[in-house]
Amino acid sequence: MADTVDQMMEQTADSVREPEDAGDVAIQNYTINFGPQHPAAHGVLRLVLELDGEIVERVDPHVGLLHRGTEKLIEYKTYAQALPYFDRLDYCSPMCMEHSFVLAVEKLLDLEVPIRAQYLRVFFAELTRISNHMLNLGSHVMDVGAMTPNLWLFELREDCLNFFERASGARMHHNYLRPGGVHQDVPLKLLTDIADWLDTRLPRLFEDAISLVAENRIFKQRNVDIAVVSREDAVRWGFSGPMIRGSGIPWDLRKSQPYDVYDRMNFDVPVGTRGDCYDRFMVRVEEVRQSARIMKQCLSEMPEGPIASTDRKVVPPKRGEMKRSMEALIHHFKLYTEGYHVPAGEVYVATESPKGEFGVYLVADGSNKPYRCKIRPTAFSHLQAMDFMSKGHMLADTTAILGAIDVVFGECDR
Amino acid sequence: MRAPAPRYLTNDGVIEAATAALGAKLLHAQDQVGEVALYVDREALVPAMTALRDTPGLEYQQCMEIAGVDYPSRPERFEVVYCLLSLTRNHRIQVRVTTDEVKPVPSVTGLWPNAGWLEREVYDMYGVLFSGNPDLRRILTDYGFRGHPQRKDFPLSGYVELRYSEEAKRVVYQPVSLAQDFRNFDFMSPWEGAAYVLPGDEKATGPGPGDTPQGKPAPTPPPPPAPPAPAVPQEKGAPSPVTADEIQKAGAKASKPATPKAKRAKTKDSTADTGAGKPEADAKPKPRKRAVVPTKGKGQNQ
Repeated sequence: MADTVDQMMEQTADSVREPEDAGDVAIQNYTINFGPQHPAAHGVLRLVLELDGEIVERVDPHVGLLHRGTEKLIEYKTYAQALPYFDRLDYCSPMCMEHSFVLAVEKLLDLEVPIRAQYLRVFFAELTRISNHMLNLGSHVMDVGAMTPNLWLFELREDCLNFFERASGARMHHNYLRPGGVHQDVPLKLLTDIADWLDTRLPRLFEDAISLVAENRIFKQRNVDIAVVSREDAVRWGFSGPMIRGSGIPWDLRKSQPYDVYDRMNFDVPVGTRGDCYDRFMVRVEEVRQSARIMKQCLSEMPEGPIASTDRKVVPPKRGEMKRSMEALIHHFKLYTEGYHVPAGEVYVATESPKGEFGVYLVADGSNKPYRCKIRPTAFSHLQAMDFMSKGHMLADTTAILGAIDVVFGECDR
Repeated sequence: MRAPAPRYLTNDGVIEAATAALGAKLLHAQDQVGEVALYVDREALVPAMTALRDTPGLEYQQCMEIAGVDYPSRPERFEVVYCLLSLTRNHRIQVRVTTDEVKPVPSVTGLWPNAGWLEREVYDMYGVLFSGNPDLRRILTDYGFRGHPQRKDFPLSGYVELRYSEEAKRVVYQPVSLAQDFRNFDFMSPWEGAAYVLPGDEKATGPGPGDTPQGKPAPTPPPPPAPPAPAVPQEKGAPSPVTADEIQKAGAKASKPATPKAKRAKTKDSTADTGAGKPEADAKPKPRKRAVVPTKGKGQNQ
């Protein structure tokens, strides 16, 4: 047996021995495909990489492999039917996707939303942010070689999904935010359970997991000074969210353009100093802590009251009401067949999703269906910058860069 | 504004400042639903955008979104909407230009590099051309896709579909065939201009009954114009060479008005003649099958 191995080793050594004239051969760049089936591609991204040895010369991302025609489908659906499509865009932070669309419809309708509903929306948007960052931070550290934190963070994400299930009935595709408010009120036990979780389980598990990587030498070697983006570049390339904050610009739509009750919340906007992958990672880490802070404020301040607008021409009545009132029955029937009509107008409404600015450009023509619903994905401008961000880095760094972009293709390809 | 939408700086004075900065390049400005929209001359788009980005007091540093909209009834059917954001002034604005299938829009990739992909998407979805974009390829649709799917005359189902063919041992493209009719429910109130004819209403206006099958939309919309057939030879891996015309012809055959159902039975034989429903002459009695053979007095349930 040992002889065979020795023999094989010898043969291999022979085959890789350089030819005599190796120095004369001009080495050409070569092109490889990264993805679309690659675990570090975070979905179905195909990167055409031009390499000089192991140095990346050019990146051409090919997106659209998950294109499902969401915008076209929405044009054929009523406003209520269009909402679930938003859960399926960024399936890692579904509630934040709904948020933009719901706010856009409300802006066109000029609809007032009860204060408790606004608190609930902010509360669950922040829980979504935590669950999204759990996935992203975990997969980022796994992309650069660490295994354990990912398992711990997924533990927390599982908790978040269970909370979502208790609030909306679905773990991922909630369809919980509705124009005019939210779908249903949450039980008090759920709120107390989340409060317990925020006080005990989240900080313990999260800080433990992050302490493994944040000061870790190997993790820093893989992330510090990788894909440095200056402030000017971040602005020119249309960055948003943790990407622009990582470059040192304190821009957060929750602060600067507050929607719902974000103007009542006290929270800090973390910024990076160098604009590299490590800064983006740490910005997200701090955002989780700030999200927990916002959620605690929501819990202590949330008033009692209705959870959806009382405008019966938009918000359907509850079932109990339908049993007693003929008018409620008629409203229910009309809203679930014809739907409500949205007055004509064009709005662009953007919210701070966990990945950046997620916008909806909604054109209404006065009928019960959107005339046009353009979705602004966060990943589009970030992925486009892959070329200049990866130039000159090693092939292995592309996974760190991708992980720090936080890209999800359901949203990028729509 | 009562809705809890994102609140940024007020729109007061923005139109005046933009008018002063753009001059004749600005065709028309509006402030509706709390959003300022500037209609800009297409030819002067790049200088106008430069002015919007660099003029102090406007300072729209970021181009967040470029959206196409299709209005087939207008002379210039496409509208391209640029959503700009000012980080320093905390304000948003929309800049709109109109165009059609052939007139190109000047590219703004020189001002904002991220406009490259956004313009590619508008080109892919609507066929709007952008002059000066260095890389105007398709972006979201399939390699070798034809047509521009977001146009209003492009059917929701598309023209071709994709499946794995066991015979060819590869993925093949073929014309779309829906196993069940596409159901596009029109729930518009019949009092507010519904596009369909209510059952029974077709008698009121001329053509006799039977001309329109009940419940089906009577005025069939004009067939969408076929996408221009490409003159270039097919690329490797391109979709099957079925044009939109052929598919429409195939669809037209299928959607011919159905002949009315026969009211009488097609045969004069009665069941007495045919013997339907009776056991056959040589039928044996059915064998009795029992899953459980009861034992006398021993079973648990007895």
